[in-house]
Amino acid sequence: MTGPGQTPESPPRLQLRALGGSALLAEVPDARSALTLYSRLRAQPSASPALDGVIDVVPAERTVLVTFDAARTDAARVRRGLEEAATAPVAPVAGAGQRRVEIPVTYDGPDLDDVARTLGLTVGELIALHTATRWTAAFIGFAPGFAYLMGDDEGRLALPRRATPRSAVPAGSVALAAGYCGVYPRESPGGWHLIGHTDAALWDSRRDDPALIAPGTVVGFVDAG
Amino acid sequence: MPAEHAVEVLATGPLTLVQDAGRPGFAHLGVTGSGAADQGAYRAANRLVGNASGAAVLESVLGGIALRARGALLVAVTGASAEVVVERGGGRAAVEHPVGCSFTLGDGDVVRVGTPSAGLRTVLAVRGGFAVPPTLGSRSSDVLSGLGPAPLRAGEVLPVGDAAGEWPEATLLPSAIGWRPGWMLAVTPGPRAELAGDAGWPRLLATEWTVSPASNRVGVRLVGPPSSAEPGREALTLPSEGMVVGAVQLPPSGEPVVFLRDHPVTGGYPVIAVLTPEAVDVAAQLRPGDAVGFEAVGG
Repeated sequence: MTGPGQTPESPPRLQLRALGGSALLAEVPDARSALTLYSRLRAQPSASPALDGVIDVVPAERTVLVTFDAARTDAARVRRGLEEAATAPVAPVAGAGQRRVEIPVTYDGPDLDDVARTLGLTVGELIALHTATRWTAAFIGFAPGFAYLMGDDEGRLALPRRATPRSAVPAGSVALAAGYCGVYPRESPGGWHLIGHTDAALWDSRRDDPALIAPGTVVGFVDAG
Repeated sequence: MPAEHAVEVLATGPLTLVQDAGRPGFAHLGVTGSGAADQGAYRAANRLVGNASGAAVLESVLGGIALRARGALLVAVTGASAEVVVERGGGRAAVEHPVGCSFTLGDGDVVRVGTPSAGLRTVLAVRGGFAVPPTLGSRSSDVLSGLGPAPLRAGEVLPVGDAAGEWPEATLLPSAIGWRPGWMLAVTPGPRAELAGDAGWPRLLATEWTVSPASNRVGVRLVGPPSSAEPGREALTLPSEGMVVGAVQLPPSGEPVVFLRDHPVTGGYPVIAVLTPEAVDVAAQLRPGDAVGFEAVGG
């Protein structure tokens, strides 16, 4: 949250590239900047008429994709809306509506011991660090509801992907890789290190808001024993 | 339409899916836009039966679908060029209709769509739309994430809904796609065209590509002749970024993938080109083995 006494985040540097006639790709320095721009675009869409006709806003690792209805608006107008959002002096209520979720985890993953060893930690220390870390969903990729969670752990839990991906990772698996934490919303192939599992429903298409974790959601993990 | 109107599925062909205008607005959660692969054929079919925009239709790969009407129905078939036959009165009389026109079915009449002579996907609309339960506001079947209705099975009964608008003013709408051998797809340069090297974009335009059988609603895979001067392969991946329908990705193999409606929301291969909306509809009609090229258009 940006509040009194806090410095507003500096606006991301924007380079825009066209993807055909109804999408623009904004390039930003990193995932945090992408999330900031995404949050600004999503926070108050009605506040910027230049963003009328925008269909989807998709944050990723170093980009934000904006797709629009070319029958209702055009690239020049959306470009203006993006630049306004990127250079707004204060993030418009970014974080005010920020969702926070707690996810109970049973730390019993098949890679738990290996991960602890690789990071130079005991299993107890690994669990303590994982539960003490404040995670923020940067973007969704790979499958509906699979969030890439950035930690404030200063890279102490950063690992590369596994050398050999698994053909089937069970739903609810809590995993680390590529500097992120993730929770598999359903069974799928996967190359991340599995440290535990949760029974939390990450995805439910019957809900109006189907994803438990959306970009910007702050996630805390709790040791369920 | 009254609730008792329905169709009984007698045969599905290789694959028949329920589709509509798509599932926009959830890409930030990893859900792609989906929707009818050939949107031009989709809109034409709904227009021919006077449906409200967004009504659900049936999209069949290589025809082979057969349906029996429960109650009187107004039906239209659009898309790939196929034989459409209506059997009336328990099969005692058969009438053939061209693709791109509307016709009526009486209670118990059967409509059969044959294997297309050109094109891949036929669209079958019924006045009122198919009223299967929606997922996230859409009745589209997304083959990548498995959202939406399951593929049709013989024996299933699909209720007809009340998505009808004004009675249609047209009974015949020829396809906007000119069926011909040697398809051309209109493209503009993509956001990462420079990552394909100086030769990448000219090679895309100069090559006669062949449609691979490993193609589906996610994307059309193309194979071409081996390239002599490939750019450094390690340069050909980048952090995953948002993708759009019609994006032409160039993986390290050098063989492009044209994204269709069920494309992944993000991808890590450079997008060298993007199809025009009309070219996306053409790409949705490509069959394995078809020859296809790309032509640059202004934009």
